[in-house]
Parts: sequence; C-alpha cells; structure tokens
Amino acid sequence: MSDVVEKTLTALPSLLSLDSQPGSAKLSSTSKLGNLIRGITELTSKHEEEKLIQRELASIKEQVSSPNTSMRQMKELMVRAIYCESLGYEASFSYIHAIKLAQQGTVLEKRVGYLAVSLFLNESHELLLLLVNTVLKDLQSTNLIEVCMALTVVSQMFPKDMIPAILPLVEEKLNHPKEIIRRKAVLALYKFYLIAPNQVQHIHNKFRKALCDKDPGVMTASLHIYLQMIQENPEGYKDLTASFVTILKQVVGGKLPMDFNYHSVPAPWLQIQLLRILSLLGKNDQSTSEIMYEVLDESLRRAEMNHNITYAILYECVKCIYTIHPKSDLLEKAAKCIGNFVLSPKINLKYLGLKALTYVVQQDPKLALQHQMTIIECLDHPDLIIKRETLELLFRITNAQNVTVIVEKMLEFLHSNTDDYTTIDLVGKVAELAEKYAPGNEWFIETMNTVFSVGGDMMQPDIPNSFLKLLSEGFDTVEEDRKLRLFAVDSYVSLLQGEPGKLPQRFLQVISWVLGEYSHLREELEPATVMRLLAKLLDMKQTSSETKSWVLLAMTKLVRAGQVFQSAQEVSETYGSSMDTVLRQRAQELQHLSQDCELRARVLPQDAGLEPLEVDSSLSFLDGFVSEALAAGAAPYKPPHQRQEELAQAKALSLEPYGLSLPISMSSCSIADRQSPTLLSMSSGLSGDSTDLSHKGSSTTLKLDGVKRVWGREGYLAQREAVEEAAQVEVPSPLRSPSQQAEADSSHSQTPTPTPTPEPDQEKQQLASSLFFGLSSQSSVCLMGKSEPTPQRFRRKAKGQASSSGAAEQISNSLVSAPSAVDNFLCNNLLDSNITSQVGISSSEQTSELSQGPATTNGTCDTEAESTDGDIKGSNPSLIIGDNGLVAADPTPHKDPGSPKDFCLSSHLPAELSELCRSEITPLCSNQSLGLSACHVHKEDSLVLVVFITNSSDAAIRQILLDLDSEQLQVSCVSDSPVEDVTSHSVAMHQFSLTVKRPSVHVEVVGMVSYQLPVGTPQEVQFSYKLPLTSFIRPLTVSTEEYGTMWLSFSHDTKQNLTLISDGEEPLTATLNVLKEKLQLHIVEIIGMEGIIACQLLRDQPCLMHCRVHADVLAVWLRSPVPDLPDCLIYHCQRALQEH
Amino acid sequence: MMRFLLLFSRQGKLRLQKWFTPMSDREKKKIIRDMTTMVLARQPRSCNFLHWKDLKIIYKRYASLYFCLAIESQENELLALEVIHRYVELLDKYFGNVFHHFPPFPFIQYTCVCELDIIFNFEKAYFILDEFLMGGEIQETSKQVVNRCIESSDMLQETMEEYMSKPAF
Repeated sequence: MSDVVEKTLTALPSLLSLDSQPGSAKLSSTSKLGNLIRGITELTSKHEEEKLIQRELASIKEQVSSPNTSMRQMKELMVRAIYCESLGYEASFSYIHAIKLAQQGTVLEKRVGYLAVSLFLNESHELLLLLVNTVLKDLQSTNLIEVCMALTVVSQMFPKDMIPAILPLVEEKLNHPKEIIRRKAVLALYKFYLIAPNQVQHIHNKFRKALCDKDPGVMTASLHIYLQMIQENPEGYKDLTASFVTILKQVVGGKLPMDFNYHSVPAPWLQIQLLRILSLLGKNDQSTSEIMYEVLDESLRRAEMNHNITYAILYECVKCIYTIHPKSDLLEKAAKCIGNFVLSPKINLKYLGLKALTYVVQQDPKLALQHQMTIIECLDHPDLIIKRETLELLFRITNAQNVTVIVEKMLEFLHSNTDDYTTIDLVGKVAELAEKYAPGNEWFIETMNTVFSVGGDMMQPDIPNSFLKLLSEGFDTVEEDRKLRLFAVDSYVSLLQGEPGKLPQRFLQVISWVLGEYSHLREELEPATVMRLLAKLLDMKQTSSETKSWVLLAMTKLVRAGQVFQSAQEVSETYGSSMDTVLRQRAQELQHLSQDCELRARVLPQDAGLEPLEVDSSLSFLDGFVSEALAAGAAPYKPPHQRQEELAQAKALSLEPYGLSLPISMSSCSIADRQSPTLLSMSSGLSGDSTDLSHKGSSTTLKLDGVKRVWGREGYLAQREAVEEAAQVEVPSPLRSPSQQAEADSSHSQTPTPTPTPEPDQEKQQLASSLFFGLSSQSSVCLMGKSEPTPQRFRRKAKGQASSSGAAEQISNSLVSAPSAVDNFLCNNLLDSNITSQVGISSSEQTSELSQGPATTNGTCDTEAESTDGDIKGSNPSLIIGDNGLVAADPTPHKDPGSPKDFCLSSHLPAELSELCRSEITPLCSNQSLGLSACHVHKEDSLVLVVFITNSSDAAIRQILLDLDSEQLQVSCVSDSPVEDVTSHSVAMHQFSLTVKRPSVHVEVVGMVSYQLPVGTPQEVQFSYKLPLTSFIRPLTVSTEEYGTMWLSFSHDTKQNLTLISDGEEPLTATLNVLKEKLQLHIVEIIGMEGIIACQLLRDQPCLMHCRVHADVLAVWLRSPVPDLPDCLIYHCQRALQEH
Repeated sequence: MMRFLLLFSRQGKLRLQKWFTPMSDREKKKIIRDMTTMVLARQPRSCNFLHWKDLKIIYKRYASLYFCLAIESQENELLALEVIHRYVELLDKYFGNVFHHFPPFPFIQYTCVCELDIIFNFEKAYFILDEFLMGGEIQETSKQVVNRCIESSDMLQETMEEYMSKPAF
C-alpha cells in the first residue's frame, strides 16, 4: 500500500516541475500574516503593539470558533496565533483548535496543527492527552508524510504515561521499507528511552537490528541509543567494540555515499558519535582499547584538512585517546594535536585546546608545562571565557607550591565576574584549594575571608560548614589549631570594626560563630568589646533574622565571662518580644543562661567542639508515644523501601488515568487530610503512609514536618533562605594588627607572590614559574591537611625555571608585535605598486584613469616618494593595468575640452599637474577687473583644487587674499607663497589640497577673494565650487585575504540592487568594469557570479563592495568604517550605471 | 544532546525557539532573556562558546540573526557550531538565497535575507528544523535529503491545493 504512495511521491516532482525554484514566492507579502508582521514593525511603542495584537487575537478567536471556518483558513489562523504567542501574548483559546487541526486537517494543515501543538503545549499539558488518538491514527496512515509527522511530534513531546499505547506501532515502523521512517522511528525510541527507559527495555534486540540496518542513516540514529546505554553500562556492550571499530574504519575510509559528506568530510557526526562510544568502551580496559588503536591512528591522520569540522573530529579523537588505555605513540600524536589547538590563532580552537589540556593534565602534567607561556597569555585574555577555562586548567595543576599564585588569579577573576553560576563554582574551587593546600594560617583565613565576602549568600552552604568544622575539629597540633583560631578571631574583630554592613549574611554568621566560640582564646580581648561589636550587628537594618539568631547564640556563649551580663540582659529584653519565634527563643535562652551559670556550663561547655554528642538513634524515648498511638488505631510504621514497593505495586495495578495522581498528591496533602474527616476517609489507604513519607531521608533523626532543623553537629545549622537584600558585596581587606603579624608563624608569612618587575615579560616568566612550579618534578599531590610550605625552596626553584622559559617568551613576543593592522597592509602595497607604476607604459592620451596603486598611507615613505618621484610621475601619468590584467583605456568624458579660454588657462597649470587628469576649468565669477576660474586635479594621494585669478583690468591688482572653507572638506593651501599681486592681463594660480572630512554625495567649497585695486576701497568677491565625491575616490589595492579581514571589521554598511549592464560581454564583468572606469575602483576578484571591489576615499578611508548577480539585478553590499560613505558611493554607482 | 535552539535578532527579538527537553514557560522566558543579554553583549570576534549553568552555549551570528544552541557539557562545541551552520545552509537553500556550497568569499555571509524569510515564513523554518534535528539529535546531515523532504511535502501542498480547487468529479 505504501508503495503506491511512494510512487506518487517520487512522481510528483517531475509532474510539477514547472515551479522548480523552491524559494519562489515564499515571502507571503500579501497574506494576513504578512500584514500583521508589517503592521507590528511599523509600530513605535510597546503599548501600540499590545493593542494591535489584542485586536488580532480577538479576531482570530472569533474566526476559529466559527463553524464556517474551513481547515484551510484554520491553518492560516493558527500560524497567526503562533506568531502572537511568540511575541509573548497568550493565545490559549487556540490550543484546542490546534489539536483539532492536527486531527482533522489534510496533510499540510495537519503539519501546521502539529507545529502549533508542539509550540503551545508542554509535556504535562492536559490537552496533550487529546493528541494521542491523532498520533495513533497517523502512525497507521498509509501516507508517508503523515507517519513522519506523527513520529516527529512523538519525539518532540509526548506524555510519558501514554508511551505504551503507541509503542507497538513505533516498533513496527522499525521494519518499514522506507529508510526515513525507520530512522525517525529509531529516534523516537531513543527519546522514549531517555524519558522512560524501562518502557523500552524489552526491545533491546530491535535496537541491535537497527544498528545493523543496511541504511547508514538508520544505523547512525541507533548510535544515539547505544551511546546512552553504554554510558550506563559499558560492560554490557564490549562485544560490539569490533563492530563499532569496523564502522568507523569504513566511514573514515570514505565508504559511505557522498550524501553523508559534510563539506567533503565523510559523515562527521557519525564519526564523532562512534569516537565517543569507543572512548566509553575502552576506558580502563586494555584489551578493548587495543582493538581501536589502529582506527584512532587513522582518524588522526585523515583529519588534516583545515576546516572546523575536522577540528571537531580531531578534538574528539584526542579525548578518546586520553580516555582509553594509553598507548604511547598515540598519546604523542594527540599531544601534538592539542599543541596545535592551543597555539592556534583561532580563538575557538584555543579554547578547545585549553579544555583538552584541562582534560589531560592530570595524566600528563608536563603537557601544561610545554604550553605555559600560552597559558599565561590566556590568563590575561580579554575574553572572559578563555580566562575562565585557563583558571579551570590551573585548578587542576594546583599543588602546595603554586597554590598562592593560582588562588590569587582566581580571586582576581572573581572580583571582575558578574555571572552567579561562575562565582559559585569558582568560590567552591578556591575554598577547596585553600583547605587542601593552604601554606599558612594567615593565608588560609584571609583567603577564606575573600571567599565568604565574594561568594556571599550564593555559595554552596557546605563551604561555611566545612570551614567551621575545620576550625572546630582542628587538623594539626593543638598549638597550630590554637594559632589558627586566634588568627581567625583577630581577623574577624578587625572586620567588624570596619564596615560590617557590607559583609554578606553567611559571612556574618561564620564570624559570630567563631567569635562566640573562640574569642576567649585572645585573653587581652575584652568580652565586652566583642559583645559591643555583635550588638552592632543586631542593630543593622540589613541583618537577616537568621543572622541575628546566630549572633544571639554567640552572645549566649560570651556571657560565660560574666562581665557582659548587663548588655546581654538588654539584648534579650529587646528580642524577647520579637515577632520571629526563633529569635524569641534565642533571646529567652540568652536570658536564662546568662543568669544561671551552672546550667550554662552544662549546656554550652567550653572547648567541647570535639566531643560528639550522643544521639539516641533508636528514638527509644518515643516508645511510649508510639504504643499509645497504635493503641488508638494508628497504622504501623513502614520503612521507606517497603512503602516504595507498595507504591510500585499500586502503580502496576492501576490503569493509566488514575495512576497519574497517586504519587503527587500524597506528600502534599498529608497534613490537610487529617484536618478534614471526609478527605481522610477518602484517602485512608494512604494516610498511614503519608505521615511516614516525610521521614524518607534519614530514619535516625527525628524530623518533623514544617519544623526547621536548626541544630546540628556544628551547632546552629545554616539554612538556605532567600535573602532579600541584594548581595552588594565588597571585599574587605583584612586588616592586620602588628600583634597579629608577630603572632603568625614566621615561616608562613613569606608569601611567594611574584614581585612586580619593570619588564612585563619578566613578570610573565616569573608568573609562569610560580604557576607551573612542581609540575616538572613528580608532583606530590597533597590530599588532606596542609603540606609543608617551604617558601625558601620555592624561591630558588622559581629562578631556575625562569631562565628555561625565556625562549618561549621571546617567540610569543614577536608574535604579538607582528604587523596586523590594515595600515600596514596598505603601506606594503604602496611600496609594491610604486615599483610597478614606474615601469608602467606611458600613455600619451590623458585619461581619467589614475594609477592603480593606492596613493595614500601613513608614514613618511609616501611623502618622500611624492617629492622625489614627482617628475617621473608626471611623464608616466597613469598605469592602467590592474591586478587582474584588465586594461581599461577607454577615452573618458573628462578629456581636455578645446575651449580656447580653458586652453589658455590650462597652460598656466604647473607641469606636474598638467599631465594629470583634471576637470574642466570652470569660471566661478568675474567682474570688470578680475575673473576667477577653478578646476580640480586628481593626484594619486590627494585632490588639488586650482584657482585661477585672471586680471582683466589694465592695472595690477594687489593684496589678493583668497580664503576657502567647506563643511565637508578639509582645505589646506599648497602654494609655497600665496600670490598677492597680479599684474595687468595676467593669471595667478592658487593650489589647495582637499581631503574629505565628512562624506556627502556632493561636496562644496565656498571661498572669498579680497583684493585691492590701485584706486578705491578694498573689494570682496564670493564664490563657490561644487564637486562630486567621486573625485576623492581612489582604487584600493588589496588581496582577497586582506579584503576579508577588512570586511569583517567594518561596521557601516548598505545594500542596494543595481541594474546590470549587458552589452555583449558577461554582465557581471561588464558592469564592474564600467564602475571601475567611472569611479576609480579596484576590482579585487571575480569568481563566478560574484565580485569584490575595493576603493578608498581620500585619505585612508576604505570602502569595500561585494557584488552578486541575483536574477537580473546586481545585489551590491558596501561596507566601510566611515558612516555615510557607503550610501554616497552607492548613489554614484547608480548614476554611473544610468549614464552608461 | 542539544537542549534548545534560539534564533534572535540583533535587537534581541526572538525569531525562533526550539526546546528539546521539557521546560516550563517561566524557565523558557528566563533562558530567552539570559541568552539574548549574554550573547548580544559579546564582543565581535570573541569565542563562540559560553557557559550557562551546566550547559554550553554555542552561538554564531549570521547577518542580523544570532543562532544560539545549548548543548550538554560533554558534547563537542565545534560540532555544534557546524550544526548551526548546516541549519543556515538548509534555510538558505530552501529560501533560495544564492548560498553557494563553497562560497567564493567565505567572509561574506550571504544570509542577508534570512531574517526576513524567517519572520515571514517561520513555520517553514520550523519544518526544516524538524527534518534536520529530532529529539535533540542530528537526524539528517544530508542537505539534499532534508530539502527533498521539505519539498516533497511542499509539492504535496500544491497538488492538494490544486486538487481541492478543482470541481468535484
């Protein structure tokens, strides 16, 4: 049956070949959707948009509910509804119609219906149940497209509980004759496997069949499932290793059909999938790994083309090689590969290189050593992502010797970081490193201070917990512990004396705990002082009530000393009436314990941190209560596992519709149930269990519903609580009092931070040596506690390494200074083109064509060339051979006009200008005594405006002063000494050099001449001179590569369609040649239907053009760093082509 | 596995969204907001990869459109970049923008008309995506096949419509 459909389908394209272009008439500009979209883009305010959409939605609503609306109209309406939803307006009324459309529409309408459903509803939406039937129907359809759509929607979203209903049908599709159906079925099953693995357990053998499918596409799809299954249980699939290796070998060898190639790389997705599977299989398994060495080697070898996709494969290969059982020559190749990544100038590859290093550095720390200078550079990379990855790498190579430097770098990053997730992650890492490798008490406490203040209230709660645990349990000798605690106390007292308002709540909690517990260690510290500091915390507005209870608890401990009785009383009175019950309780405790010394000594014994509290885990003291309750008819307790089993049974028995509500309602309604007898009776079967449900976590502790657990092993437990205040964290700089300095262990106080040296590379080397210290030698990983700090050894070693890394540093320096700017390109080109222009053929005819060489640059080479080569240039006026060898020697409209006046004036032109291309000499203004004319001369690097002053009177004119000004141009006088006097019937000439300040289509110069006749008063004449922007355009000779770099860096662009010229020649070339002649452009390259053109506006303002023949127009795209330049240029291009 | 794919304009206007795992509307809104701010704040020519929570965000700009793909942390970033690229190629091929298989000037991104095409024909863009990716995995890497699929359904559309407009027989 499906064969029939298939035949129809394959026959269709040929039947309908009249419309071969798929994209034609796609822009449904006349449709209602088109109107809506256009309407919205025209609006200016959000408010107007809302009004329009609401109106639209109202009209859609009216139409969808009308019985007369056909399915075809419904499809159109649905698309509009989707559009409205995507703008963020709810169109929930249309959901049900979307399902209806999917149900009842013909194929196309159905497709829109399914799309709408998948966009509108999420997996738990109740309406989705209505879709099941439709999907079932479509899966059984004889129409291939309907089956495809059903499979797609199934993998996109399908209620989990309904999978069994359609599973047999999907399974059946694995045997479908059409490979596309089989592939989609496999992917749908993969999706099922992900959301409900036990539902598809029984069809594992079918997966194997899919793996052996004759179609590579189906096989590829099945690998998704295998990757997942192997991840969970690698042991179960070892037997498939050889098959995977064979497949990979075939793929790499190019045995797959061409269809699977991506940019001429054979099936990269498949390759990478296989590599990932192999790495899972070969992990910690020598014999399995041995099977794959050969193919890995081949993959590495084959993937050498410089394309992103081959790098992707290489990266996966390297990962695989480092995951499986090592083989030395493969490792070597992989290491080289990583080196290529790390050293790549492409930032994406560099990032991956760093990542790969992070991955392998645990196995091979020397590899990091090789690239240390690159790593140092990456540490200062402007892209935070690179920086972050570098820190990740450093984190992996941290040891007791380099911990201070690395932690310093991490904290530096933390200060500038704004992303919460990164902060949490990094703060955790710093804390971990500090705990593992801290070189000294002082450093440890200070680092943790920064951690607490930067990490604020976002950080993992186990950081303060384990810190407090470390403090209370101690880890070294008694004396060391005492010193550590003392240092913490000192540090915190000074912090509180500073600005405690800026510290995060978590930190304040830590501080108050430490002060409560250990401030007595510092004998000279008055408890009253501490009490006062703590009281200050209580008075602060931003202190949360949770912190306050920590503070109160600390105070309770402090009253031991007795002297602070008075302030304790005051505080407890204030908080004794607090609205917060926890606070009130703490205040009561404080009150009572401060009065009763004996009780206090028992409840809060000093230095009791180490003795574990005895906990009656059997809860025997509750026995009486339990038996009473049982006697009263309560259900007996069932342990969690038993309850789980019963639940599972219940689920197995119940049919789907009821099964849904069972597990959800129990935990949430357990308390409410007991209050209403009717509900209780309804769920009586559950109520016995429900009370126990909350115990699940730990059966040893008594945990009551709704009661916060506030006491734990370390005392008061930190609770996660959404703190309202924005964590405006500023890092406190821990103040050190002189006494603390002395207190600190002298050997620890020498922190081996590199001292800044004047030379930056020396600094870098020093940094490198301190960062990578201990890697070259066998790094002894210190797992717990502190290692020996040995700062002395550290110093010595550092110097030795600095010299060894000198060479690498030099190389990287030269890389940095390599010329890269566009200016440099220009300069180089100038030199080249000057050489060519001097050997150029001299042309007797004056053309508008100027030398092809770019005539401008920065630097002195240009001006020198100008002055010395002036004569040569004059005699060889132009060279018209472009890079592409095209000769454009057509006569131009700018030829010398034969008017006698012009001729006579032009004879006054200086020799070096007379041979150059110039405009007609136009009269500007004249009176009885004096006439002004002007022309502009195109010099290679500038535009010269020549103003002729003709004295037509019989007397000499004196004190002539010519003054020019322009809004768009920069005018500078080039004449050596401005002519002041013109004798009778003679001509004087002024030269001005013009450059563009602000591009405009036409530019204008306004001027004024003031002069003195022999008799009479001084006179003034005003004039203006207009010239097109094209006079300032010069060709820009660049290579395609340079063009590429420039193109990407220019920000101003414009696009326009131009008419093509076709006079016999190939239209693109013909058009471009016309533009080239008329506008002085440089054609960089023409390939096929596209061409790139470059030009510059005097001076040094490049503009790039990309032209593409599109149907019968030329689509032109201009880019330039100068605003307005592209627009002006496109205008002149249009004019030039029109005139042609 | 891919988690979601977003297309948005330079102004941060969402043009297309595809979620491969279930997500509440609130989560979606937050992600869209986060992604647009994060990606739009990136300097040109910096790394195309970002971290967001435990996911990796791969983004690339084509003309005025940003393509932003979230993948799980063990996935291959470069490959994800090619997924985006292939999707752009598919869109271009379908919408008939003269996108060359091997563009002569690779630095010029030809997808200049893409955004308009996607705005006006977003449903088509979704259909193409559905043929290309399925359940968060690559389904079909062959450009020809994907287009053939879409076109055959399009053809069907035309025949159906013709058929319907014919007088009943």
